[in-house]
Amino acid sequence: MTPGTLSTILKNGAIWGFIVLELIFFTVAGQFLSLSENAFMDADNMLLLFKQSAPIGIIAMGMTIVMINGNIDLSVGATYALSAVVLLDAMTWPVFGGLGDWVIPVACLLALLTGVVLGAINGLIVWKTGVDAFIVTLGAMLGYRGLVFMYNGEQPTSHLNWTLVDFAEMQVLGLHTATWVLLIVTVAMWFLMNRTVHGRNAYAIGNNREAAVNAGIRVGPHMLINFMIIGFLAALSAVVFYAETGSVNPNDGELYELWVITAVVLGGTKLTGGAGSIVSTFGGVLAIQLLRKGLAHIGADTSTVNLVIGLILIAVLLLDRQLNVKGKEELKI
Amino acid sequence: MSAQTPVLRLEGIVKTFPGVRALDGVSLSILPGEVHALMGENGAGKSTLMKVLGGVHQPDEGRIVLAEQPVVMSGPLDAKAKGIVFIHQELSLAGELSVAENIYLGELPRKRFGLVDWAELYTRTNRILERLKVGFDARTRVGDLSIANQQMVEIARALTVDAKAVIFDEPTASLTDAEKVVLFEVIADLKSQGVGIAYISHRMEEIFRITDRISVLRDGQYQGTVDTVETDEEGVTQMMIGRKLDLSRNESHHEIGDGALEVRGLSCGHLFEDVSFAVRSGEVLGFYGLVGAGRTEIAETIFGLREPSAGTIHLNGEEVRIHSPADAIARGISLVPEDRKSQGLVLGMNCRDNMTLPQIDDLKAGPFVAEGSEIAIFDQYRDKLDIRTPGWKQAAGNLSGGNQQKIVIGKWLSMHPRVLIVDEPTRGIDVGSKAEIHNLIRDLAAQGYAVIVISSEMPEVLHVSDRIVAMYSGRVMRTFTSEEVTEDTLIQAISGLDTGQAA
Amino acid sequence: MEGEMATLTKKDIGGFLARQGILVAFALFMIGFTLANAQFLNPDNVMGVVRSSAILGVMALGVTFVVISGNLDLSVGSMMSFSTIVVLDLHDKLGPTLAIPAMFAMTLCLGAFIGFLVGYLKLNSLIVTLGMLSAIHGLTLTYSGGKNMDIADKEGTWFSIFGQGDALGIPVPILIFLLLAVVLGTMLAKTPFGRKIYAVGGNGTAATFSGIPRARVVFSCYLVSAFCVATAGLLQASRSMGSQNTVGQGLELEVLAAVILGGASLMGGSGTIFKTVIGVLILGFIQNGLLLVGLPFYVQYVVTWIIIILAVWLDIAAKRGRLWSPIA
Repeated sequence: MTPGTLSTILKNGAIWGFIVLELIFFTVAGQFLSLSENAFMDADNMLLLFKQSAPIGIIAMGMTIVMINGNIDLSVGATYALSAVVLLDAMTWPVFGGLGDWVIPVACLLALLTGVVLGAINGLIVWKTGVDAFIVTLGAMLGYRGLVFMYNGEQPTSHLNWTLVDFAEMQVLGLHTATWVLLIVTVAMWFLMNRTVHGRNAYAIGNNREAAVNAGIRVGPHMLINFMIIGFLAALSAVVFYAETGSVNPNDGELYELWVITAVVLGGTKLTGGAGSIVSTFGGVLAIQLLRKGLAHIGADTSTVNLVIGLILIAVLLLDRQLNVKGKEELKI
Repeated sequence: MSAQTPVLRLEGIVKTFPGVRALDGVSLSILPGEVHALMGENGAGKSTLMKVLGGVHQPDEGRIVLAEQPVVMSGPLDAKAKGIVFIHQELSLAGELSVAENIYLGELPRKRFGLVDWAELYTRTNRILERLKVGFDARTRVGDLSIANQQMVEIARALTVDAKAVIFDEPTASLTDAEKVVLFEVIADLKSQGVGIAYISHRMEEIFRITDRISVLRDGQYQGTVDTVETDEEGVTQMMIGRKLDLSRNESHHEIGDGALEVRGLSCGHLFEDVSFAVRSGEVLGFYGLVGAGRTEIAETIFGLREPSAGTIHLNGEEVRIHSPADAIARGISLVPEDRKSQGLVLGMNCRDNMTLPQIDDLKAGPFVAEGSEIAIFDQYRDKLDIRTPGWKQAAGNLSGGNQQKIVIGKWLSMHPRVLIVDEPTRGIDVGSKAEIHNLIRDLAAQGYAVIVISSEMPEVLHVSDRIVAMYSGRVMRTFTSEEVTEDTLIQAISGLDTGQAA
Repeated sequence: MEGEMATLTKKDIGGFLARQGILVAFALFMIGFTLANAQFLNPDNVMGVVRSSAILGVMALGVTFVVISGNLDLSVGSMMSFSTIVVLDLHDKLGPTLAIPAMFAMTLCLGAFIGFLVGYLKLNSLIVTLGMLSAIHGLTLTYSGGKNMDIADKEGTWFSIFGQGDALGIPVPILIFLLLAVVLGTMLAKTPFGRKIYAVGGNGTAATFSGIPRARVVFSCYLVSAFCVATAGLLQASRSMGSQNTVGQGLELEVLAAVILGGASLMGGSGTIFKTVIGVLILGFIQNGLLLVGLPFYVQYVVTWIIIILAVWLDIAAKRGRLWSPIA
């Protein structure tokens, strides 16, 4: 059975269909099982959905380009936490004492820089040593987490700056700051992936590395840049989230990589690289967040959510395999 | 063609790889505006020569002269920049990207800030696509195109630069007749612009249709160049094969026993169709044909690696269904695969373990592997096949090609199969070992094995076979006995030409 | 003439040095730590290190099988949490004699599920076991209701013998670790099953062409891994007689680090139980050394990170013959 029109439509549209299904399911189930008075699909709840999607969503955009490039990044959770620590702590540094509220952009910049540097380290190691991205970032997941702990031991790092909190909580045109950042990042990444040479080359490298190399595309720098992008976005996500809460625990961001990868894979990006899109990742992010909200709405607890997310990831792999069944005449290896 | 300065010249090119001298002092010239065919058997050196020209390999001796200036091609990109474009046989495209992005891979036209200049890209691409008269446009995703159309995209890549010379390597392998016509028009177009064209192919019909001159290589040596109008198929075939080669037909026939394997009407999708043949004990059945003729796929189907879409397989008269290699092995079928490194051996394992792998479950002492028996098997076949290795503990990956092949052969011989299929038994092996393996195959038949040999080398298939099945494009064109086969009729059969005889 | 075998290449020598390089580095570590804190080579300390490595070690044995067959298992940490919680819970409900086999059966079911997905359905083992990591964590949380599990009557049961007992002067966990290492090591090195695992991991295509049932081999490796995880859970439960449901969290990385340190290639086809045991011990001593020097536990994370990358890098560099990658 060759992948015909039906399965192509299924593949591309699947995630949106899934979202619709979720909305229907949870609205109905919510009538019977929900503890609260509100319907599932009211306007406020949906707006909140976007805001809550931001932490994972922002990082997922970066993961999309990294995976399309043929790599993966398991250290995003740790990068997220370390950037948050830098953000909050930098605002208390004596050297910035005289800046007043101007310390905010400086601290943000430092946090973002942290993310970029951590990403660059991963990218350089992958490029220069040739060790697979999965192993490099698996190790970094541990190592960067160690750095987080080294900063302040097992204590949370906190600093509340009310100007920052106000900024984070404000709503422009009805959308929260976090939502705006998510939307801007999504558009920017879409632009990068579809309209720039760098983005198109990333697809080429992931799709057929040999052809790309033969055509003169330099694989190393592209990989490095993509890792720096995801590092930046992990930091950005942290800045957006912790601006509001003002306190970060050293274990925060744990398993974020799982959520992000699940969203990206759910959205249709291939693990092997070369295929995927920002739009479908956005869909994947919404689908995951919707699942979390929906399950919470009908009274399920964290454990059930973890269980379901894990199983969904596996189900997606299965579905992907089924839709990609090659002809009957294939080698049965 | 009047005397002109050649677009490019190769002088005394020598290229050796470990163990084999692929090109032995080849000199060739390509004139502007000519279509120059390069012919020769598999392994004659055609692809290697063109790879040297295209910058993929560096020659060990000799030089390349471009418009009377000696040049060094440091790589494919360099060659392209100098105006030499090589269109490979294997497609190298990125299926997820559009046609336009593939054609301009690595050289996408840019605006400021690293943005792609899409307008420019599509304009240029459409211009090229118009020349090729293709049915798809620049925005189509390459992965959605048929193989033939993908090949057109590959060809389009050549037209992005002002080429001085274009090398086509088996370009019509997957094209329909209609598409071939378009290709030939493109070639005629290039010709009229003074581009020199090198055309590697086996297909006689095309060669005599579009080429101006034909150069022939045999065993890495240059045999000569003729004007196409002054020769014919037979003449060219003679040059490719030569009279000096040992074409001794296999004279000795042994006791031919019962039918061991019979295949009726076997098909597997579009890989091969309606294939029927029979092999008896004591007989060697050769399969000859071009790459893509379907021979290996038939072997894989018999060995349980592919599911047939039609037809039946019979072993010793009984119809059987073979679902997996383990199944095939249990029924007494062994396959020495085409690619010994990726299919025949676990390179990181030692020689002995590789050899005993298929029967490891039977070599037990209690729950443990009986290492003594394993070593005995290894020793037996090491002596029988003269395998050179310091010891069985040597990793298979460290052996020379010939010895690696012997390990694989020993592995399957030790299974004592009824039917032994050998796919390209001597590919990449030195002359001495080749002869040994050929003698071995004849010996096996004498001992009562039913042997199928798949080969792309004419002398080999003529030398070892009792009968030869000639295949082309997935179909059996004709089955010869060793008495009636001639080089010419064989080549013609596998090139798709109807020799007028019933199959 | 024919039969020339390739002489020892630079690759072989490089590989040899890389292998020994790790041992040399380890020796330097040991010396450094001993100088920093004389307690390091104290027999009681050594015994303590080996004993606390036992649980990790048991898990590493199983993961070795999976890695040699060419796959990964990131779910072992949460699976171990599951096993620990389940056996503690069932101990009070069914009594230890029934609880232990019941827990093993349940853990093996999980392993079978993973084995089925990766072996028969041929799904990517990284993503499958990543997903299972979360799913099993959720399962454990649901099962335990989020609470810690404790054995009600800690004195009145023989259950503690696994984690706390001594036999012949050697702590039982170490004995079990060694016993399992011997059995599994023999299985891997000396039986047809072991041979097939190396073949599947070394070249899956060639293994299929040789008639080896690849799916079944991969499936079986996950069963072995699950069995080892169950054993580790038993040891852990027996040692502390009570546990949080996150006890195994993060262990999958340490196990992987130990396996990598021991020299197994993550590509599959190479590695041995003995080498994994060495890797476990190396990791254990490094962690212990860092502790004795007064460095907090999270410094280990950074050290482990560096070790993993160096170990894999040197392994790859040795195989390709050059230190730096040829990526443009």
